[in-house]
Amino acid sequence: MERAAVTLDPTYLEYPKRRHGYDHDLYEWSAIHARKPVFWRNNKSVAVWVCVSLEWFPITPSDTPFRAPGHMQTAYPDYRHYTARDYGNRVGVYRLLNAFANAGVKASFATNSVIAERYPTLVADIVSAGHEIIAHSTDMNGTIATGLPVDAERALIAKSLDMLERATGTRPTGWLSIARSQSWVTPDLLKRAGVRYCCDWVNDELPYRFKNGLINLPLNHELSDRQIITVQQQSADSYAQQMRDAFDWLASEATGRILPLHVTPYIMALPYRIGALEDLLIELAARSQAWMATGGEIIDTWEAQQ
Amino acid sequence: MHEGAPDPGLYDFSPYRDRKRIVWPGGKSCAVWVAPNLEYYEVDPPPHPKRKAWARPHPDVVGYSHRDHSNRVSHWRMADVMSKHGFPGSVSLSVALCQHHPEVVADAKVRGWEFFSHGIYNTRYTYDMSEEQERAIIEDSIATVREATGQTIRGWLAPALTHTAHTLDLIAEYGLEYTCDLYHDDQVQPVKTATGKLVSIPYSLEVNDHYGFFIYNMSPREYAETLVRQYERLADEGGTVMCIPLHAYLIGQPHRIGPFEEALRYIAADGRAWLTKAGDIVDAWNAQQ
Repeated sequence: MERAAVTLDPTYLEYPKRRHGYDHDLYEWSAIHARKPVFWRNNKSVAVWVCVSLEWFPITPSDTPFRAPGHMQTAYPDYRHYTARDYGNRVGVYRLLNAFANAGVKASFATNSVIAERYPTLVADIVSAGHEIIAHSTDMNGTIATGLPVDAERALIAKSLDMLERATGTRPTGWLSIARSQSWVTPDLLKRAGVRYCCDWVNDELPYRFKNGLINLPLNHELSDRQIITVQQQSADSYAQQMRDAFDWLASEATGRILPLHVTPYIMALPYRIGALEDLLIELAARSQAWMATGGEIIDTWEAQQ
Repeated sequence: MHEGAPDPGLYDFSPYRDRKRIVWPGGKSCAVWVAPNLEYYEVDPPPHPKRKAWARPHPDVVGYSHRDHSNRVSHWRMADVMSKHGFPGSVSLSVALCQHHPEVVADAKVRGWEFFSHGIYNTRYTYDMSEEQERAIIEDSIATVREATGQTIRGWLAPALTHTAHTLDLIAEYGLEYTCDLYHDDQVQPVKTATGKLVSIPYSLEVNDHYGFFIYNMSPREYAETLVRQYERLADEGGTVMCIPLHAYLIGQPHRIGPFEEALRYIAADGRAWLTKAGDIVDAWNAQQ
């Protein structure tokens, strides 16, 4: 039988990075069970890290370099998605703040820096309640990926950190990229901008260090309300059940683990969903193995044991 | 196969009704095998004209690091649960994992698992390969697995399920005995090849954890219930094969592993399941032909 004409370049069968360890130089391989165990405060086994994404979507998406998840979907003007997202910043986030106060939880708020200028009252309410602010770009047009010029990326990172510092009096030490999307140079740009940890790489369940010194605190996208409720179309009750199952499993692994609860005001804080989260937080906060912690507290505790 | 023909000519029609009864060792009615995909995805693979490796510009941080979770965290979580309930693995292996993370391959070997090839990387696709190129990846697979584990591979699951019209002929020519790429049956079936003897063993797309979680959007508990129902029906019918194809970065997530363990506990306790490996299923089927 005659073969079709060959079209695949011979280099397609060359593997220049087929070697021990990774095919990149960003961080080293290690298996979680082989590392020195981590112990959280008061010897709790599971650090429950609540992280809120606080997002403002311009009604004019720029798509530079890509359109963020949750962004505008219809022809201009997309009132539907602009307002449904902004609902989170007016109503939903206050339901979350109340839920955290009732459960005694201090959370991390991954915050678009323009929120601090547009809604200073909201950011003051978050900071005065003792929550942590993590830098989350400028607004939801501030996406990063290969293709964004390096100067523009550097300026975006600086602008986000500067705006949040001006508004809160504290320069954020943590960074979450929109959609967790980075370019090849993002870890170096973040490190040079003075960022201590990013939350973008979902390959682990403990913090680890990049070769350049930046720490990665994994914010598992699989456990997020966006993934479970918006993408996989499951109910808030199912979400809560899944978090309970995750907590139970992590608690059984005996050494220090992290359960990240990544929630979005316009998703989880709707009237018919918020109750499931309120009950979950009260229940988890009461568990004897649980340490309810911010990202910064987890990083402090982990780093002190390295 | 008949290249370009509407019917690829992979097998003859064989109705499920009135087939010769297959009985598994020990009188068991359903052969259950678990197929963990131990994979390596490259962060910056070369482009292929027919398929993009990543949805986003490289580095696709979530795509890559999600899969890297297998090799840092969830492989051991998944493997421990399997070992605890007596399920050996038949590994669908990106053979370059033997170079990148031999620690993962060694763990599977120590557990007594079987290895078959899933290509070099799951980011290198077979479409458009010349016969020489395809021979090269088969020979690479045989040599790499032999050197890393001492085993001679007996089966093939095409990398990222990408094929040419000649893949099945070639793997049979090299002495491989089973393919996991055909989904037309719940029993082992003969496959037509130019030379050599090849059978299809039921792998499964439908109860693959990837399909469960990302095609059917199941919750972890729904997926576990799906495995139990799949097993119950196949065990009732008898002479059947049930595969549970897994990816540690999916099934080994903390919210999924607990319900999955309950499904394994149920199947192991039922009494009708032969918990075994792909090669043993093929041997037992061949012995009854």
